[in-house]
Amino acid sequence: MTARRIRNAAFWSACTLAFLCVAAPALSVLISVFHQALPALGWSLLLKRTNGIGIQNAILGTLVMLLGVLILAGGVGVAAGIYLAEFATGRHERLLRFFSEILAGMPAIVIGYIGYITMVVQFHWGFSLAAAVISLSILVLPYVVKTTEVALRQVPTFLREASAGLGLDSTTTVWRILIPPALPGIVSGLIVALAISTGELAPLLFTAGFSDQNPSLALVHHQVPYLTGVIFTDLALPGARAHATSAAAGAVTLILLIILIAVGRLVSRGARRATARMTI
Amino acid sequence: MSITTEVRPEPSVPPRSARGRVPGLSADRSVRSLLLVAALLPTAALVFLTYQMVKTAWPAVIFNGVSFFTTKTFTIGNLYATGTEVHHGYTAAKGASYGILPLVFGTLVSSFIAVTLAVPVSVGGAILLAERIPVRLQGVLGTFLELLAGIPSVVFGLWGVYTFGPVLSRTVFKWIAALHIPWFGGPAGAGQGLLTASLVLAVMIVPIIAATTRELVRSVPSISKEGAVALGLTSSETVRIVTIPFIRTGVVAASILGLARALGETIAVLIISGNFLNAFPHSIFDPFSTMASTIAAFLDSALTDSTGMAVHSLAEVGLVLLVITLVANLAGRMLTRRFSGAGLPVGRGV
Repeated sequence: MTARRIRNAAFWSACTLAFLCVAAPALSVLISVFHQALPALGWSLLLKRTNGIGIQNAILGTLVMLLGVLILAGGVGVAAGIYLAEFATGRHERLLRFFSEILAGMPAIVIGYIGYITMVVQFHWGFSLAAAVISLSILVLPYVVKTTEVALRQVPTFLREASAGLGLDSTTTVWRILIPPALPGIVSGLIVALAISTGELAPLLFTAGFSDQNPSLALVHHQVPYLTGVIFTDLALPGARAHATSAAAGAVTLILLIILIAVGRLVSRGARRATARMTI
Repeated sequence: MSITTEVRPEPSVPPRSARGRVPGLSADRSVRSLLLVAALLPTAALVFLTYQMVKTAWPAVIFNGVSFFTTKTFTIGNLYATGTEVHHGYTAAKGASYGILPLVFGTLVSSFIAVTLAVPVSVGGAILLAERIPVRLQGVLGTFLELLAGIPSVVFGLWGVYTFGPVLSRTVFKWIAALHIPWFGGPAGAGQGLLTASLVLAVMIVPIIAATTRELVRSVPSISKEGAVALGLTSSETVRIVTIPFIRTGVVAASILGLARALGETIAVLIISGNFLNAFPHSIFDPFSTMASTIAAFLDSALTDSTGMAVHSLAEVGLVLLVITLVANLAGRMLTRRFSGAGLPVGRGV
């Protein structure tokens, strides 16, 4: 009996140790980045650009890209998810979903490389907002499709039946009956997509370029500064200031991500409640 | 005499309502076709990316032949030399040699070390989180997983190169090196190398495996667990006999997706690996390179190659990487489809 009890205790201690191994790196990353960023933290970070001692242009550039991803990947992905959940049937449906999942497995650097070869070089767009946003959107598109589809699937069937019984056509059914309860799920999927876009560098390395100027909304021929780019370039530069700027950009990225995660949590809690309300 | 054949129109069958889909009375065709176009876009993007990749890589595939996979030297050659290398009708700079054997080695070994380390840690942590932690605390502690999943790879690089790597090389690596095991010896270095990169990769894929395991553990029917308790099993025996068999396939699937992510990871490895080319690392502490990190590291200089073969060869590296990650992803997804859809793997595949 005691042997079993000892084995039991040993097992759970091992699990606790494992959990600590999960939690410790997360804490360590946070502490390390903010600690390294300390010398650079201050209002000048937000007020000056990267030619001074700030990262204002990079923050704005990242936000502009997020807006672009929200419009492009959000629009296309939600529409595709609606089609897959509500209209596609049979082999057609399986095939589309399969290819979307394969796209999710595409390494980010491959997307960036092709983005460079085609958009930046062949299309003569140069390093540009369009090339960056399209690369990022391809990266996150499968996520938006998947979460939209799952959110719509969780809307109970009787709502569709009731809607048809009242004589609504399928388009109206989707917009008026099915989207509202699925909205929190769709939005939390979009937030995940934005979080991925905030932190990605590989697809942007060869498509966005960089600039000390604040980003314009010009789609092509204007390079866009962005946060992860600052982290990466300043990391390799000599000098304490560059190092601190790199870490400060990392800290700002983390803050942005924490905000996104928090909002996503609130929304997905709403999603769970909406689902609970629907399943009688 | 004319024969009239009556062509009866197909009776309009409502779409198979497998999921209880109800056909609309006057489905708005334009909206539907617009949605169809959107649904086709991911597929179109996939086809376009693959086509462009193959098209760009093709000259290199011909030029390099089999030696691409059998030689160790990866160099774009001497761009200032007179004369060029010509193989099979394609030219490259003088002395150019594209062999990715060490890169394939680095990619596979670092990813396998990462998965081997990540699986027990994430499964143990997730089982503790789902079975032992009170529900109220689960949300708070689960935040660590979300946080870890959300940390960008470049931030992991920043952490790995300034905090994690140096600390490890001063402590753990020295202890391991003192044991004088072959391949685990030699100078521990400054913390940039195979083992540090593998550890950081492990940290990066932990949330994928752990979040999936947590969902799976929660989906174990409580009746089975209650049965185990009624038979007098201890909680760890319950986990071993009831929970583990139930979640096994899902965990394997999530691990393969984690492997795919590690294989394709670029930036963190680029920062931490030490970018060592043209030879195999002599010990686990040595610097190395992966396929993905080499693409990122080389593109700038590849552009200066006027023969264009450097760009083509990098595309071939990308193509090989693509094939490896796709195989891993497909394997993972097929397994996921086999077990019930309860635990969707969380986090981007790659």
